[in-house]
Order: sequence, then structure tokens, then C-alpha cells
Amino acid sequence: MSDAESPTDFDPTAPNTGEAFEPVDVFPDSTDFDLRPGADSCYKCSTCDTNCPVAEVDDDFPGPKFQGPEQWRLKQQDGDHAIDDSVMDCSNCMRCDNACPSGVPLSQMHNTARGEYVAEQMSKTSVEYWRNRVLANYRTSAFLASKVPRLANFAMNFGPARWLLEKAMGVTAEREFPEFAAETFREWWAGEGAAAGSRERARASRERRGEAPDADKKVAYFHGCYSNYNTPEVGKAMVRTFEHFGYEVVVPEQRCSGTPMFANGMLPDARRHAEVNVSSMSDLVEQGYDAIASCTSCSMALRQEYPELFDIDGIEDVSAHTFEAVEYLRIHEDLRGAVAEADVEGELAREFAYHAPCHARNQGLERQAVELFRDLDGAGIEDVGESCSGISGTYGWKAEKYEKSMEIGEEMFEHMEGAEGETGMTECPTCAMQMEHGSGYEIRHPLELLAAALVD
Amino acid sequence: MAIESAVLVVGGGLAGLTSALSAAREGADVRLVSYKQSTLRNASGLVDILGYTPDGDGPRTDPYEAIPELPEEHPYRTVGVEAVREAMALFDDAVPDYRGSHTDRNALLPTHGGTIKPTARYPAGASAGLASDTRDVLLVGLEAMVDFDAEHAAAHLRAAGVPFDVRGVTIRFPGDLRADAKITRYAKLLDTDGEVAVRGRMRPAREALAERVNTELEGEARVGFPAILGDDRAADVRTALEERLGAAVFEVPMGPPSLPGLRLEDALFEALDAAGASIETGNPVVDHDGEGRVERVYVEKHGARIPYAADQYVLATGGLVGKGVESDRERVYEPIFDCHVPHAEDRYDWFEADAFGDHQFAGFGVRTDEGLRPTAADGAVEFENLRAAGSVLGGYDFAAEKSGSGVSIATGYAAGRRAAEEAR
Repeated sequence: MSDAESPTDFDPTAPNTGEAFEPVDVFPDSTDFDLRPGADSCYKCSTCDTNCPVAEVDDDFPGPKFQGPEQWRLKQQDGDHAIDDSVMDCSNCMRCDNACPSGVPLSQMHNTARGEYVAEQMSKTSVEYWRNRVLANYRTSAFLASKVPRLANFAMNFGPARWLLEKAMGVTAEREFPEFAAETFREWWAGEGAAAGSRERARASRERRGEAPDADKKVAYFHGCYSNYNTPEVGKAMVRTFEHFGYEVVVPEQRCSGTPMFANGMLPDARRHAEVNVSSMSDLVEQGYDAIASCTSCSMALRQEYPELFDIDGIEDVSAHTFEAVEYLRIHEDLRGAVAEADVEGELAREFAYHAPCHARNQGLERQAVELFRDLDGAGIEDVGESCSGISGTYGWKAEKYEKSMEIGEEMFEHMEGAEGETGMTECPTCAMQMEHGSGYEIRHPLELLAAALVD
Repeated sequence: MAIESAVLVVGGGLAGLTSALSAAREGADVRLVSYKQSTLRNASGLVDILGYTPDGDGPRTDPYEAIPELPEEHPYRTVGVEAVREAMALFDDAVPDYRGSHTDRNALLPTHGGTIKPTARYPAGASAGLASDTRDVLLVGLEAMVDFDAEHAAAHLRAAGVPFDVRGVTIRFPGDLRADAKITRYAKLLDTDGEVAVRGRMRPAREALAERVNTELEGEARVGFPAILGDDRAADVRTALEERLGAAVFEVPMGPPSLPGLRLEDALFEALDAAGASIETGNPVVDHDGEGRVERVYVEKHGARIPYAADQYVLATGGLVGKGVESDRERVYEPIFDCHVPHAEDRYDWFEADAFGDHQFAGFGVRTDEGLRPTAADGAVEFENLRAAGSVLGGYDFAAEKSGSGVSIATGYAAGRRAAEEAR
């Protein structure tokens, strides 16, 4: 018990908002998202800071509590409070969201501040701006490369070119660019008869499963850039698995989810892409489709970042109807039962070292794969721990961030080394790059194992 | 369809984790859902059973002895002394590197404010700091870490009459850390024994830290640091420092966020994983279906409501701070199942003018039958398959009694076991 004197004669039993009280409209004409309630909810427990993978290794980074609520409050004062440069060192892993016991929308605050910083304080002629812009617009590079995949695969990892890219643009030469597929997912999909072909196959599955042939089971696949241009096998596994459970799949027009653009503060670019995605997905949602992503960062963007950052017609509906692929099947099918009865043979009958992407955490999916596959015969799965992989999309591709990225990843690499399996597994394409880079293992997606167990 | 399990535990704190663990060890198929990451990282890592009686009598030597004298509505009375013992045995079995299970008596540990706290279990890393030990102590504070003022803490301990000499010094942590470096930054440096710059030379962090302390040491047999000595490799860090200092090294438990709390969280999740339970965090349970019996609950994910169905449910969502109990100007309520929370009608009766007075709000929470099932105002069971555990329960003041962890563990254990039995 304290022996302190009562400091004032304030009487808490007497209401202190008397008749003179007039509520003040603090931000009368603002059309921006109101971040005040979020800032006010912060009671400075600093739990977010203990979850920040960057603050753990980077002595220049002040952490999420500063980047979010504290910086926001500073900005409300009169005078010229610029956004602190350190906002560009946040990797947008979004772990702080999952940490906050008080519901502060930290990543929304970081994304907003970063967007403002890039729009108002960053030189548009700087190398950093253009480096970031090129990295963030991966879809554009991938689109061009996919036209000439073999040439691109050679050129992108051609030593002298990479040396130049590091020197001139600040893109690390330490990493190997991911390989472009000879045939994109969308090309394959067209060859499979697209939506019409899927409808037939889904119908046949429903018949086999004893379900009503015209049951209302239809999903719109958001494949994202990586499954389309780099790992079409993930998209194929998604389609085969969903059709196996009787779902008709459509693959609507889509652009980048925006994830790398948020992380680089390129909000106008992200919005341009979001408008296309929301427009095509919201039409389908209206028709009874749910949006399914195989990349946990894509599903994260559509679910959380879209409604937090953009006011686009239909964006809330798209958010509420977006799911990660395996999650969707867990909700609507007896996936656990199906996996428990199945066994895997052939190429994927292996032990896997699984890493949960940071962006899976806010969606409650960080243990989904290990819990699902622990009942599967023929394959094993082991969690390599809760640390961040360290690459965080474009973060680890930046020459000045590369060392920190590898330092963050060290814990995961060690656990991968200690795990029984010598094949990695994760849902996130860039975590996969980091896992491969640090361990030399081949990295697979849970959907591939699921398809191998249930469909093949 | 819904996501199904035999037992569904709502809440990821000490009570939720213990109920899930006890149900899983009974062989039930258990799923734990938590709105956010566990709040255990805000806990000191000390595990109390009972330090003081509700009348402020204490510190009590033997918490078990005091339980039968507690008011009838106290959760310990609901589960009974035997269940408290069994629950602590479960904790001892599940959590390695904890001390205190050799005796029923409370241990006395120094806090970062320099007070002495009665507690039933404590991390191995804190054990060299016991106040009943007569060896002299040097407390080492860090310049940038203002939460722990070593000189002040030492003065308080001396004033409390501890049976040893105690002195405090403040040093700079070696290297070029930020003034507001996170506890995880210190821990990571010490875990990995990373290099820090000392007078232009790069040195391993453990060695450099020991060297700074060595210049201050005047033959004390024990050295206490704020709890930053590593995360995954805390024992290695301590041993390395002990070898270089020639003294026993301990951590003084700190306020939030706290590494001992984080380590406890990791240990409990690991035990739960090993027991085969399913766990997910990140989204809140917001509603339920069913009257008299809970049919399903809904997890809200970004605007979607996802049904989770189970045979038995455990409510372990925390109290007023944890938002398991909510209040507005009209009433105090439990937000998911709207279980009855007794409270005075006039909200000015909910608290006292004296900050440390006998506030009613401290005891707010649901009341239960002897099987921990929440009851309505008339005493009738609200849902036949819902049990409550931890600080969502009313009828006790954990802050005044120092009983928070013990009540969570005891009621969590009892609720989880009953749920598993019923689910068979």
C-alpha cells in the first residue's frame, strides 16, 4: 500500500463534466479515416514493441508504439511535425496488430504515416523512391518477364547485371531472383476450359460426393502475382482441391493485392490496383461467390488493409467475404476428417519444416497447417518457431536492409536446421524466398500437400 | 458447417491456457481461441496463490491454510483446496524452470520497486534473489531503463529490513543502443551474445556487460539485474554472467512488457501444443447461439462471422482490464454470453474515493455454481455447457490478495477438467 498523500482535492464521486461542458469537434472537416480512437486506446504497455522483429535487431528503429500512436499524437500539435524517416524501416509485418491488447490499429497508422511520408517528404527523383517503386510494382516486372520467361530467368540472375542493380539501384545482389514459370497460372487455367471447365468438374465432384448437383458452391480465386507468374503449381493445387470438394472456381480479372505497395508507402499505386480488385470481386460477391487467396499476404490485404486504407464502393463486402484457401475449406467442409483418412504417397511424402508467415497471424492461421497435417499419414510437419522470416516482402531485397533481414531470419534458419524435414513449407511467397535463401531447402505450399493427399 | 472441437476455450491468458491444458491432458479434443496474443507477456512471471487475506492480513506464510477462511463467494472456496493443489501440480509439471513447489509456504521475492512480495512459484532465474537468503546483494540498474532504479529499490529493501546488505548501482549497457531500446533488443543481444561496440572495439555482449558490473562489485555474493537476461537462452546468459562475476545472478521481475511473462507464455503454449490442442489467436469471439445450452460461438474476422461449435465451452476472457467484463454508464456486463455480473445500480457505488479503498469493481465478475457454471441473478445456471475461469470470475480482489495467478490456474484446471469429463 502506498503512503503517498492525496495530491488534489479532486472528488471522483462528483461528476466533473458540468453544464459548462461542450463537446469539441476536434477534426471537423477531415475526410480521412479517423485514427483518434485508436491513438486514444493506446495505454502504452509496449507489448507491440516486444513483437517487432525490426526493433529486436535495428538500433535505429524506435518501434511500433512510436510509429503508430505516439507519432499520430505529435502530428496533431500545431507546428510542423514531419513524419519521422524511420517509418521507412518498418517492414509492415503487422505483428504489432496481433499483439495489442487494446485494439489499437497499429498497422493502419503505420501505413497511413508511411503513405504521407512518401507522398510529401520523399524526393520523387531519388534512387530510393524509384528502387522502392520498382520493387513494390513487382507485378509489372513479372508481367513483362512472363512474356520471355527463359530470357528473364537468365537476365535477372546474370552476375554483372545484378552487381549493377545493387550499385545503381540498391537492390541486393545477395539474393537470387525467383524463377518465372514457362506457363503462367492463367495460361494453364485457360487451357483447362476456365470457368466452364471448372463448373463441369465441380458438378462431377458433387455427384461423386452425393451432394446436390446444383449446390451453391462457388469461389473466386485471387491468385495474386506470385502464383500466376512464379509458382503456378500452387494455383493448380488450389483449383484441384476446391473442385474436389465440389466448388466451381472462377478466376476474375485482378491486379496486385497491394501488399508490397503498402510496405513502401506507395498508396496511390495500391489504390489503383485495389480499385480493379474490389470492382471485380465485389461483383462476384454479390452473385454469391467468396474470394479465396492462396497467399496469406493477399488475403490479409483484401481483408484488413483495404477497408482500413481505402474508401471504395463494395470494399467492406469484399473484405468480409475473403478467406485464405485452407481456412475456407476448414470452415465449410470436414477437412480435418478428410485429411485424417488420407495418406500421401510419391513426391510429397516427406517431412516438412513449416514457417508461419507474419501475415497469417492476424488472420488466426499461424497454426493451421501444422494442426491440419499432424493427422496426415505419409508426411510430417514441424513448426520452426514463431520468429519472423525477416524478408517481409521487399524489405529484405533492399541492399541496406539485407543484413538486418538475415539477422531477423537467423532464428528461423536455426530451427529449420534442427527440424527433421529438409523441405520447407509456408503460405507466403517471400517467406519462401527467405527460407530457401537461408537453408537451401526447396519450399512448398500447404495447398500442394493438401492436393497430393486428397486429390492425386 | 462450423469449426468443431469437443471443448472450446475462449481466452489465451493463464486461465484459458490452464483449462485447455487440463482438458487436453484428460484426452479431450480441445481448441483455444484468443482475441490477441496472450496477455501473459504483461505478467511478472511470478505465480501467486494467496499473499494476503481480503482484510489485508498478511503476508500469509501458507496460502493453503488461509483458503478455508476466505469468504464463501471466493473462487478458491468454489473449487476447494484440493483442486488448488492439483492445479498447481499440473502447472509444475507443465512449466519447466520454475521453483517453489518443494513447499506449501510462500516465498518472498524483491520487486522492481524494492518491495517484498509473497509468491508461490517463481522462475529459476529469480531464485537467487530470494529475500530470505542472507547473502549480500548488488542490484544493477541500466541508465536507459528507467523502470528499474537500482539505488531506490535497494533503499526500499533496506527499509523493509531484509536480512542482508543491499546496494544499487546504475551502469550503461555496453554498446550503442537506443535510449528506449526494447527489452527484446537486450534479450536478443544476450541470447545471441552479439557484438557490441565498447570504446571502439567490438566485444561479445555477455562479456562486456559482466566487465562493467565487475568494476562495481564489492564482494557481494548475489547480483540482480532487471529481467532482460535473454529470452530463449536465459539460463545460458545467467550462467555466463555468473562465471564472469563469481556471484549468483538473478533477475528482478519487471512491469509490462516482461520477459519472464513471455517465457512463461512460451512454456505454456509449448505444453499445450504437446498435449495436442489446437490454438488460434488474432480474432475475437463476439457472440453465441443457444439458450440454456451454448450451441456455437462466432469469431469475428474482418467483418465475417465464423461459427465455432463445441460440446463444452470455457469462458476465460479476463476481467475489467482484459475486457472479459465490460462496463458503461448503465451497467456492468459480460459481452459474449451476457452472463449476469452482480453490481450496484448506482455507478457511484462501484468505487471508493480512496485510491486504495475497498472498491466494488475489484470484485466484479460472473458468479458460478460449484461446477464453475455462471449463474443468473436468481442463482440458476445460465448455460449447462459453459464454465468460467480466471478473472472473468467475481467475488475476489486479486490485486489486493495477490491471488490472480493462483485463481486462474485453479479455476482453469477445474473448469477444463470438468469440461473434458462432460464432453466424453
